[in-house]
Amino acid sequence: MTQSVDIDSPDTDIPALPANGIATTLRAAWAIFRKDIACELRTRYAINTLLLFAVSATTAISLGVGFLGLRRTQEALLIQSALLWIALLFAALNGLSRSFVYEEETRTLTALRLTASPTAVFLGKFCFNLTLVLTLNLVTSLLFIVLLRVRVGSPFAFGAMLTMGGLALTSATTIIAAIISRASFKGALFAVLAFPLLVAPLIVAIQGTAQTLENVTFDVVFGSLRFLFAYVVATFTASLLLFPFVWES
Amino acid sequence: MQLYVSQLSAGYNARLILRGISFELHRGEVLVVSGPNGSGKSTLLRILAGLQVPAGGTVYYTVGQQQFAPRNARHLVGWVAPDLSLYRELSGIENLRFFAQVRGLSVSDTALYELLDLVGLGQRGNDRLAAYSSGMTQRLRYAFALLHRPAVLLLDEPTVTLDERGTAFVDRIITAQRQRGLTVIATNDPRELRYADLLLKLAIE
Repeated sequence: MTQSVDIDSPDTDIPALPANGIATTLRAAWAIFRKDIACELRTRYAINTLLLFAVSATTAISLGVGFLGLRRTQEALLIQSALLWIALLFAALNGLSRSFVYEEETRTLTALRLTASPTAVFLGKFCFNLTLVLTLNLVTSLLFIVLLRVRVGSPFAFGAMLTMGGLALTSATTIIAAIISRASFKGALFAVLAFPLLVAPLIVAIQGTAQTLENVTFDVVFGSLRFLFAYVVATFTASLLLFPFVWES
Repeated sequence: MQLYVSQLSAGYNARLILRGISFELHRGEVLVVSGPNGSGKSTLLRILAGLQVPAGGTVYYTVGQQQFAPRNARHLVGWVAPDLSLYRELSGIENLRFFAQVRGLSVSDTALYELLDLVGLGQRGNDRLAAYSSGMTQRLRYAFALLHRPAVLLLDEPTVTLDERGTAFVDRIITAQRQRGLTVIATNDPRELRYADLLLKLAIE
């Protein structure tokens, strides 16, 4: 059922309290995600920042380090994995704060605060950041494979590790992006706050990804994936609970 | 429907710009808040919209037997203000569609286009906001505020940037709102004092 809007109608009905059901919140979150995607496709600010950083970092690494893929020692695999995650981390730190900072800079936060529930905003922004990170992971890992001639021994486990690592990056940084959007020195503060939170999952992701470059079974990296999953659940839950206070502050 | 404000104080950091503000506003009434720049008119409206927490005092809306603090009454409030920005990358209709969705409203596109017609943007609904003039942006703010048929209309500098037809349109909105609920207007324009059933004059301390 749809309603019409008429400013002249002596509509005496007091608007009902908005339904705070899960379905309503999810629909609002989906609308925020789609709005962010539409705005991003029209401005291409965050995606350009992320991809430019990923491409330039990967190219610089390939030119500076050479074709590490030709040497298949344990140390070489760890170095390849570390370089990949360093490129992903710095690209993410450059672009992931954009969704909230954009709302603050364009002064649209107030309209969003008046209309959307904090939970819907967090979920929508989380999905948008996750989309950015997964796109970034895909492009950067493909560039690594091509430019550094990295051989991926277990593609399925490699993909799972990148996906779970991307989820960990997103779950930890979305709330930080919301916090720093009100600050003066946004860029530096985002990296300073995010880095301590990301050290633990980063180490696990680097080690796990190095293992997936060898021809191993999924069981070998299951421990790393389980750790990252637990990290995502913990940070996502904490962020969801903390976000209303950040949003209303 | 009633708005109750008692001994309200508010400010920024340690400096209070509103002190001891008390009034009651009932359905059908219009409160006009006037005063020089920096006297706290916009701050008062932000508090009534639930966008700012007061330093002290009591503010609540009463609907039937229910009381709502401003932060929990955003579904009741329509807010128009110069510092309200909508999405420049989206068109007028896309903005309204988006805000209807996040409010959980089920409004058809036909109704949204009718609303754009009502605020005088019928021909420009599909243009992006980046191409709007300041007057057109102000008209879209009214469409945003009226989208959910609010019981409380908070208007900060309601006719700023509007032409003569726009001002007449604001007249219509305020007249219609008298039947729907209550209105609070913050203004420096002496011509807008004519809307007032109650007048609150603020001064800089």
